[in-house]
Amino acid sequence: MGDNKRRYVIPGEVITTGPYRPEQNVILEDKKIIATKVGISEIYDDSVKVIPLTGTYIPKSQDLVIGKIISHSSLSWEADINSCYVGMLPASDVFGRNFQPDSDELTSKLRKGDLIAARIVNFDRSRDPLITIADRELGKIDSGELVKISPSKVPRLIGKQGTMIQAIELATNATITIGQNGLVVVGCDNPDGLLKAKKAIRMVDEFAHMTNLTDKIKEMLESKSE
Amino acid sequence: MGGRDSNLVLLDENGIRCDGRKIDETRKITIKAGVLKNANGSAYIEFGDNKILAGVFGPRDVHPKHMSDTDTGIIRCRYHMSPFSVTERKNPAPSRREIEIGKVIKEALKPAVILEKFPRTAVDVYLEILQADGGTRCAALSAASVALADAGIPMRDLVAGCAAGKVADTIILDVGNEEDQAGQADMPIGYMPNLGQVTLLQLDGVLSSDEFKKCVDTGIDGCKQVYEIQKQALKDKFFGNGAA
Repeated sequence: MGDNKRRYVIPGEVITTGPYRPEQNVILEDKKIIATKVGISEIYDDSVKVIPLTGTYIPKSQDLVIGKIISHSSLSWEADINSCYVGMLPASDVFGRNFQPDSDELTSKLRKGDLIAARIVNFDRSRDPLITIADRELGKIDSGELVKISPSKVPRLIGKQGTMIQAIELATNATITIGQNGLVVVGCDNPDGLLKAKKAIRMVDEFAHMTNLTDKIKEMLESKSE
Repeated sequence: MGGRDSNLVLLDENGIRCDGRKIDETRKITIKAGVLKNANGSAYIEFGDNKILAGVFGPRDVHPKHMSDTDTGIIRCRYHMSPFSVTERKNPAPSRREIEIGKVIKEALKPAVILEKFPRTAVDVYLEILQADGGTRCAALSAASVALADAGIPMRDLVAGCAAGKVADTIILDVGNEEDQAGQADMPIGYMPNLGQVTLLQLDGVLSSDEFKKCVDTGIDGCKQVYEIQKQALKDKFFGNGAA
């Protein structure tokens, strides 16, 4: 996968001086490519990026996030998406094109405090991120428990091609929805499975930097099931 | 300052200072990153007898709203001395001096933090001086930049702070409390080691232009030493011991 030249870096550290393209979390400062976050630097073909180990969630178009409705106006809901910006969910997204602000009541569909699985539709620097719940796997979340992890550890929880999350789901029989913003909803009919899945998720959050983490999680999941 | 009357020998004939240091030696510095759970990022520094806790929040919503900037994020900094940080109880209300130091630290951190990425948000830095012994602003600045890196806020470089000064007509590194009180000059410096840029430079006292140059160079050397400790603190937290 060409993940050669992986290195631990801290802000300000020069990763390389070669003719590379700066990608995420790096800046180009007179021919030197400098890391801007604590993380692991990777040089792929002609580009350089840093996988951050800490930090808040910054919305990105097409990300699946889990949000909590915090308020609404007559035209839209506002959702806390665990970021420095609030997600805007327009009412027409839920009611359809023939939405009538005077007759349709927003609280009939989503109330304050409701959890939603949403997708970021659009985000730029000038406006709050626009989110949607109009898709098959999106919408209001009725059951399950919310677990909060560090957003930078979400890729670790999913694992390479989803191996980590599959391992947890398989062992506990739980359904787990992971938002890119670090919010995770765990649903499980079996209370033991629920507890174990939550414990596994917390473990990933805590020990994300360890190398053989998938094996350790599997070990934990199996040990208790006996 | 201009040399206060005192029996204290600031620099003896062997070039040893009043606390036993050589002229180009800093006090013992230890930094620990990520010491607080509720802040997004934090750091604790011991710089000689200075003990300072730094906590960082953000980027987050700006309150009051009118302070927010649609083009860029803002950085705010509160420098506060605890009532027990000095020998005589300090009134905990922010004093003129604390407001000023908060301002200069904010301005010393600003060139390092990439705020343009987060328009309409604020990064808040809280610095709590638990024990003061001269040179708190440099120590606080060093702790603040480690806390910012711990919070995952994008930065061009870490900012390291260290003071240089003039005592008994000699340029020395890292001015301690007694040296500050009785010495001839004190120059706190904030420096970004990888970019080679100075972000904070103040001077209290009188120096000739040659002395000034030497003082800046000495201070920058000190900052580079502080930087190595900052680097190690972050590596210890994120990569465990012994990571490259």
